[in-house]
Amino acid sequence: MRWGVVIFPGSNDDRDTLRAIEQVVGDEALPLWHKDRTVHGVDCVVLPGGFSYGDYLRCGAIARFSPVMEAVSAHARAGGLVLGICNGFQILCEAGLLPGALVRNRGLRFLCDIVTVRVETSETPFTYGCKAGELLQLPIKHGEGCWVADDATVAALEAEHRIVLRYTDRLGRATAAANPNGSLANVAGLCNAERNVVGLMPHPEHAVERLTGSEDGLRLFRSARAWLGRAAAGARREPALVPGP
Amino acid sequence: MAIAGTAAIAAEQGLTAEEYERIRALLGREPSVEELGVFGVMWSEHCSYKSSRLFLRQLPTTGPQVVQGPGENAGAVDVGGGLAAVFKVESHNHPSFVEPFQGAATGVGGILRDVFTMGARPIAILDSIRFGTLDQPRTAYLVKGVVGGIAHYGNCVGVPTVGGELVFDPGYERNIIVNAFTIGLVPADRIVRARAAGPGNPVMYVGSRTGRDGIHGASLLASAALDASAPDKRPAVQVGDPFAEKLLLEACLALLRTDHVVAIQDMGAAGLTSSAIEMAGRGGAGIVLDLDRVPLREEGMTPYEILLSESQERMLLVARAGAEAAVAEIFARWDLEAVVIGQITGDGCFRARWHGNEVCALPVDALTTEAPVYRRPAHEPERLDEMQRLDLATVPIPADLGGTLLTMLESPNLCSREWVYRQYDQFVGGNTVLRPGGDAAVVRIEGTRRALALTLDCNQRYSQLDPYLGAVLSVVEAARNCVAVGARPLAVSDCLNYGNPERPEVMWEFQHGIAGIRDACLALETPVVSGNVSFYNETEGRNIPPTPAIAMVGLLEDLDQLLTPWWKNEGDVIVLLGRTREELGGSEYLAVVHGQVRGTPPWIDLEAERRLHQVVLTAARERLLRSAHDVGAGGLAVALAECAFGGVGLGVRVRLEEDVRVDAFLFGESQSRILVSLRRRHLRRFEEIARREGVPCTVLGEVRGHAIVIGDVINLPVDDLRERWRRALERSLGA
Repeated sequence: MRWGVVIFPGSNDDRDTLRAIEQVVGDEALPLWHKDRTVHGVDCVVLPGGFSYGDYLRCGAIARFSPVMEAVSAHARAGGLVLGICNGFQILCEAGLLPGALVRNRGLRFLCDIVTVRVETSETPFTYGCKAGELLQLPIKHGEGCWVADDATVAALEAEHRIVLRYTDRLGRATAAANPNGSLANVAGLCNAERNVVGLMPHPEHAVERLTGSEDGLRLFRSARAWLGRAAAGARREPALVPGP
Repeated sequence: MAIAGTAAIAAEQGLTAEEYERIRALLGREPSVEELGVFGVMWSEHCSYKSSRLFLRQLPTTGPQVVQGPGENAGAVDVGGGLAAVFKVESHNHPSFVEPFQGAATGVGGILRDVFTMGARPIAILDSIRFGTLDQPRTAYLVKGVVGGIAHYGNCVGVPTVGGELVFDPGYERNIIVNAFTIGLVPADRIVRARAAGPGNPVMYVGSRTGRDGIHGASLLASAALDASAPDKRPAVQVGDPFAEKLLLEACLALLRTDHVVAIQDMGAAGLTSSAIEMAGRGGAGIVLDLDRVPLREEGMTPYEILLSESQERMLLVARAGAEAAVAEIFARWDLEAVVIGQITGDGCFRARWHGNEVCALPVDALTTEAPVYRRPAHEPERLDEMQRLDLATVPIPADLGGTLLTMLESPNLCSREWVYRQYDQFVGGNTVLRPGGDAAVVRIEGTRRALALTLDCNQRYSQLDPYLGAVLSVVEAARNCVAVGARPLAVSDCLNYGNPERPEVMWEFQHGIAGIRDACLALETPVVSGNVSFYNETEGRNIPPTPAIAMVGLLEDLDQLLTPWWKNEGDVIVLLGRTREELGGSEYLAVVHGQVRGTPPWIDLEAERRLHQVVLTAARERLLRSAHDVGAGGLAVALAECAFGGVGLGVRVRLEEDVRVDAFLFGESQSRILVSLRRRHLRRFEEIARREGVPCTVLGEVRGHAIVIGDVINLPVDDLRERWRRALERSLGA
């Protein structure tokens, strides 16, 4: 499958994401420039971590107006896959492609650590290869990762199983103590109603080798290929189920 | 016509009456105000190294591994595979004391530019930061500000901060230390230097616009002692914009992959003036600048202000004639300006024009090679003899040694630094193999099995008691920290933080510090390839302890040889390499438990140190070791506990040695010791290697259970110790 990684001015994890996809996962990945008005026909667009446009004003608030974001929105509306990581998640919220907002961490400081997250649903392109309830070790590094939304939104997300990852302790319990940034419902990642757009605060691209701490992030990238394969297989199977004339 | 300067204006630029006379003699005329400003910064201690230059020459700077020694923006060493590691450490002490957040942030920004200006992509940052004691009301504010500033800048630029040191000592109460280190990688044949050449070549200005910030940062803030008016110097502190730096970094690296550039230099201390003059000086060229073409942030700036502004995130470069448009196009992609503001000439002069009038016409030599060099008077501090006296008979052995260990582990200089480094992005780049908390940080060289070990160390207490030995031991500790992760020490960058050089005691401390670094670096074959001198660390007459911070870069030939400090398996044998002597002088134990800073620092035999390195590196190559950890501040008991704090939290059971006092055995800081653990079946082979090198090798006990058990004097559960060690700093800071 083909991935595209958007480079905004101030993106920091673009190189690591490209390398993880190309060299570790083994898929094709191309950089997408923020001034481009197309996503060049990729299957999945990644909005990487960093400080797009310096994160001045508000994280992701300026990036959502960059030319490439129109193409990303169109790609998402057409059912294409979109993964926002950290600053990318913030941009997706600012662009209205995901609900809620990401605000200052409860502790008011930038926080870098490896945390435990629980997979809440395998029905997304990036958790399709995981089992619900499975625990992953992934790095986080953010100053504004506290996800907030109104009660109705949280209830809807819970009901529709759209919370993708939750912060937990090492035993998989989503306790307040295991919540690093004060996110509502311990949310570490969520998806849109159509399930093709996912935002994550943890960084799978920094967790692709045991040598550098964890390789659990690989599962998320590899899931996408399987998800597309399922969709494609489903598409082929469907006609066979239609009764003949 | 420029206004003629006077001796009074010269004094305002930080020039002495003698220096002013020397300028008049060199020029054969009265300098203009602008010219005096230029002399003021170029002859400042910060830019000219006038008090240190004579002594810096003693440092070893060559070796087969050296690609670039001192004199460029940063030094460089060969790390194999055609790659060079480019690195340097630099101080930002006074700005950080005056305004901790921006001072520390711009310190990081400056050192990053020194590295990427050579074409190297920065791969890691380390910081050595030192403050007064935590009982002082301003300390917590300064710590939070400095750590926040480092985090803000490094995180936003996207370079991981992977290590460093944090020290509290009453000697820094009125003059904190902020030293920032950056290392980057570049193909050795693509290193770009800062030597202007080629008359007619255009001089281009790139990056942020010039404003009125930071004027006199180099001359009046960095080259003078602080007094009670320190807060009034806030306007001399620059304000950093890491986003602008990130764009500049990407644009410069893209540019330096082409052949459009002859020379490039960061506009750091003394801004446009020093970058233009230093590039011209190195290349033996002249340079002419049209100041009215400099992009400005505000209207109405004078040529004097434009010359001396220290606005951040700017670079000056010499392009090949005809490449101007190509350079501008690369910068335009990142929405940055690149404009021609002058050209290289053949007349050896620095000229600056303002709307057609020449406001500066100075021979480059007069500003660089003709700058004054001082051999300032030096004599031994009188208090030293008295401070070195320590009668151990007057030091009582604590009754509760377990409680003493706990006190040590919770003390500000030994407790966990987690509160600090959790604020730093340690992951970006995807090559961080050993994060902060080990002996040295380890960063992989991308695409290879090799890695760099990085450490930044200094023991100011040893230096205070013996400036020579303190410097030797700082180098040795940095090297040993590299060895403890399995890396061979390669080279050094030094940041020499001292007091006011016009005081003979300070000059004496400095000279002995240089001699110590020289001797240790010669013995360990780790040349000094870059560095920085920071004098005038004096506030209201009080000078800091000598603080020669040593950044050591080591090379790990194969990541399979990586060693970490933490116990791995129950039943592994614990072995101490090196000899424990009855040494408590200058120790953390003496300071924390007995409230004394006195005695002589531990004894060191540099040849024995070398052999110790040999044993550990040989054993690492043969994969004999499960863990290795330097025995440093806090001594053996603290080291044993630290090894239990990572990984699964295994404990130890070790015996007491009877030939020294029990507190010297537990907390003494005898040098040339490394604590290792290994499988029992490898013990004989390991002992054979140690014997061959003549390194004492003592089986202390084994990895066992979940408690630290030392003889019958200490028995404490690991979990409890670790929790208190982890939380101590956050609690002391009231964070």
